[in-house]
Amino acid sequence: MMQANDTKTLIVEREMPHSLDKVWRALTQSPLIEEWLMDNDFQPVVGHRFDLRADWGVVECQVLAIEPNQALSYTWEAMGLKSVVTWTLTPTSAGTQLRMEQSGFRPDQQQAYAGAKYGWEKFFTGLERVAGGLA
Amino acid sequence: MHAEPTAVLKILSDPTRRAIFERLSRDGEMTVHALTDPSGVSQPAISKHLGALKLAGLVRGRRDGRETYYSAEPKALAPLIDWIGFYSTFWNSRFDRLETLLKRMDQ
Repeated sequence: MMQANDTKTLIVEREMPHSLDKVWRALTQSPLIEEWLMDNDFQPVVGHRFDLRADWGVVECQVLAIEPNQALSYTWEAMGLKSVVTWTLTPTSAGTQLRMEQSGFRPDQQQAYAGAKYGWEKFFTGLERVAGGLA
Repeated sequence: MHAEPTAVLKILSDPTRRAIFERLSRDGEMTVHALTDPSGVSQPAISKHLGALKLAGLVRGRRDGRETYYSAEPKALAPLIDWIGFYSTFWNSRFDRLETLLKRMDQ
């Protein structure tokens, strides 16, 4: 998806048979975030800076907005990519529609990713983990 | 020519295949024998991995007499180096983990 300013947005959406409250807790409580996303020092406070730590590097984040049980957004800076991740929760008859939107991709950021700063080993370690989730 | 990101990810998630690809990227063109010698992996196994890498477009084979010389095709990594491709796979796998966690939270 292209926008006027030539940045791209990635959207991943899924309906989950769980209550809004429960999905919200998984998105905003640090020990729960660690279980499915990454090790972190997240706090649900606007302006709070936190790191997400994975094998392939550190993602630097800052909370931009919080609307309990509805929406959460934070900046996402990693390996040359500056982007914003926004979570939106919508109640459905079966549970919760969860939408993740990551915006701010620019074509030139491919170069940053391929850069020498992050070696092959880390790159592949990250990929291996991602691929493990695909099996 | 470009393989799907998911296919490339799956191919490279195997440590032996990854080692072969990295070696060919680093040291250039090689025969299956040269690849087999220091690896501790049997030649048929190396050949099988090379076949999978070729199928994903990550390795190219050049026939010269009775020998085939293999070389890396780093261009095939392009779909991975694309941010959108990487994060699309990343977030989908994290959504899976989130669902697993939510199920556990029921108990």
